[in-house]
Amino acid sequence: MSDTVPPKGPGPLMRREARLAWGLLLPTIVSVSLVVILPLLAVFWISFKPIGLADLRPPTPVVREDLRGRPAEAGDEATLRYRLRNSSQDQAIGNVRFTDTMPAGMTVVALDPRCTLDGTALTCNLGDWQGGARDEVEIAVTVGQEFFDTQADPEASAPEITGRAENVLTNVQFTGENFARIFDGGEFWTVLGATLFYTVFGTVGALILGLFAALLLNKSFKGQGFLRGLYLFPYVAPVIAVAFTWVLLLDPFSGSFNALLVQMGVVDSPINFFGQRPLALVMVTVFEIWRYFPLSFLFILARMQSIDSDMYEAAEMDGASPFQQFWALSVPQLLGILSVLFLLRFIWTFNKFDDIFLLTGGNAGTRTLTVNVYEQAFAVSNIGAGAAVAVVIFGCLLLFSYFFFRFMSQEEGL
Amino acid sequence: MKVLRFGYVTGPLIGALWTLVMAIVVCVILSFATGQALAPVAVSALAVGAWLGFALLPEGGRDRSRRILVTAGLVVVPLMAFVLVRPAIHGSAETGMGLLAIAWILLALSVVLPLRLMLRGLPYGPATRHETEAALIHFLTGFGYIFFTAIVVIPFYVMVMTSLKNQQDLLLNPLDFTVDLSQGADLFRSYTELFAKFNFGSYLWTSFYVSVLTVLITLLFAVPGAYAVARLRFRGRAAFSRSILLIYMVPMIVLALPIYIAFSMAGLRNSIFGIVMIYPVTTIPVALYMLQGYFRGLPSEVEEAGLMDGLSRLAVIWKITLPLSLPALASVSLYVFMIAWNEFLLAFMLLDDPSKFTLTRGVAMLNSSEIPRQHLMAGSVVATVPIMLLFLGLERFMTKGLTAGSVKG
Repeated sequence: MSDTVPPKGPGPLMRREARLAWGLLLPTIVSVSLVVILPLLAVFWISFKPIGLADLRPPTPVVREDLRGRPAEAGDEATLRYRLRNSSQDQAIGNVRFTDTMPAGMTVVALDPRCTLDGTALTCNLGDWQGGARDEVEIAVTVGQEFFDTQADPEASAPEITGRAENVLTNVQFTGENFARIFDGGEFWTVLGATLFYTVFGTVGALILGLFAALLLNKSFKGQGFLRGLYLFPYVAPVIAVAFTWVLLLDPFSGSFNALLVQMGVVDSPINFFGQRPLALVMVTVFEIWRYFPLSFLFILARMQSIDSDMYEAAEMDGASPFQQFWALSVPQLLGILSVLFLLRFIWTFNKFDDIFLLTGGNAGTRTLTVNVYEQAFAVSNIGAGAAVAVVIFGCLLLFSYFFFRFMSQEEGL
Repeated sequence: MKVLRFGYVTGPLIGALWTLVMAIVVCVILSFATGQALAPVAVSALAVGAWLGFALLPEGGRDRSRRILVTAGLVVVPLMAFVLVRPAIHGSAETGMGLLAIAWILLALSVVLPLRLMLRGLPYGPATRHETEAALIHFLTGFGYIFFTAIVVIPFYVMVMTSLKNQQDLLLNPLDFTVDLSQGADLFRSYTELFAKFNFGSYLWTSFYVSVLTVLITLLFAVPGAYAVARLRFRGRAAFSRSILLIYMVPMIVLALPIYIAFSMAGLRNSIFGIVMIYPVTTIPVALYMLQGYFRGLPSEVEEAGLMDGLSRLAVIWKITLPLSLPALASVSLYVFMIAWNEFLLAFMLLDDPSKFTLTRGVAMLNSSEIPRQHLMAGSVVATVPIMLLFLGLERFMTKGLTAGSVKG
């Protein structure tokens, strides 16, 4: 009798299950890698490239064709002229050549030495061009009767031109200048400081405000559902709508809030909330708190409603006062959700771009790292530097998520 | 804190703070409603509030006549403040007497009635910790409702009212949000102009179908993926589940740059097709994460019964899992719809052609010095109202969906 041993490795059923799982996941994996992983790699690649916004259009040869000499009747002489130029002023194009179809009824008299004619097909090899190069090809022709009969238009057949231009995105030219540039001077540290201020205070503020709102609504009364819905409004509304409203409300010249402050005698003259340091940074942080307290509120409220009320009754019997109950019972119970929320919100506040971009455009000391990506890439038109900032952001993100996952595995066994 | 344990300390303190809050609230409400000037005076409001807090304390075994005498004597304090400084609420020269009267009546009602409730359990003399804290909590609760409602309502009120006014009026008096109802349909002039001149009807439609397509494509990808992660056993499941979370933490701005470059080169900028291609991928990780949480909570016995009866896995998903998870699907759909509807960054970077704008991109276009601001606000209202209606109608699903593992914002 042979010994029975447990089977080694995955059995056929298990393999089938795994195959099915990967099959179900495949569309997600493919699409996510296309739109997330690939761009991430691209960001790393670009961050080492000397590339500006203008380089996105690679240099191309451009050709214009016209017929000179105004032939009036059969037998007249004319010149077919091609004017060519390099679209880029500083980059070379190699191996430029173009082909064109000769119009019907034209006989070539003299051909440019660089061109060959095969039937009606004209091919010209123009060699290598420097940046900003211009060239001209002239072909002397006589016009036959057929040209007038068919009313042929030499410009009807567009010449096809090709050239091998180096694309700075795909060549092997690398530079460390982008990183040198963004770390250069004190600017980077100002940006990092603004980012940290915004992230830390935005996150903590939203958590505290959310905690208070949750405490308010953690009892059932008429209108509780309505208030809960109302308090979620800032989060649900499109950021662009609420950001512009805030800008308008706090406008120094015609903003209602400033008018109110002046009228109530709190300030003498209107305050430029989004235009002066360091108030602008404080205000975008306040906006962030305002917009995201509903989220923490919702999570904390959900957690509060799942706390066993027996505990509070026991504490009440033992004579604990309301504040004591809050500190000794509620806070420890909520600590888990609060810390998870803190980590998650910290990461997402760090990543936030739209809000600051819409409120101040990154001016008046509110330029955070994410706004700096946009600023470098599009305002200064240096895509490479923008990508370098993006790489820095991604590095920070990896650091945060390391802490996050370490913490989450303790907290939720994820 | 010890000193607070006396009714005659806590009562006036709460009264003073509450009256100050209410004086500010009354002034802000009436100013915003009528455009006339009204200002609270902190010192006087505190003084009259402290006196009221004292006067409204329960009797607590005090001699009745003495109590009335002391209270009446202390009225000197607020009176002095009113005379020496100014009354708790005062208006400017143009403020109408009627408005001032209304303000005072409102202030009196909003102070006296709640204050009675707050101080109900507080004794005059030494109070227990319980009694003091209960009174303080009542005060903080009242203050909390007012504070949160104010910070939420005011911006939306200003948004709607500004869209109905015209720019000259607002520059003249930024506080005046009264609208002239007699102009009839003319009141909504900026809205009609938005739809007639700025093509907002088409933006609304574009935003709508882009969002719906995003929801459909997201579900198509995320449902099978979520099911696989939640139910099937395969190597690398934990790693996969983590990488989903990680991916959904990657900031959009980091990805937007290469996407912009790729779209520029592929000629996909300025095309709705490109937008519809990119939006779902930003929402798939969120949806997958939310759905797998829900699928895990479903009893697997039902599915196993289906498998035993000869259904294939896919048939089980289609016939058992999906019908059971309709509420979760609704939440996820709503959430994804909201993300797609509110999305700004990609639309802003990838769309330049005004005929193809989404609503958020259209509103961004209105932010120019040549376009009056009521148009900008009207555009904001147009962008906000549909998502709000959807949200209010389906709030139950939405709150559930938001808490189901999605903290993205």
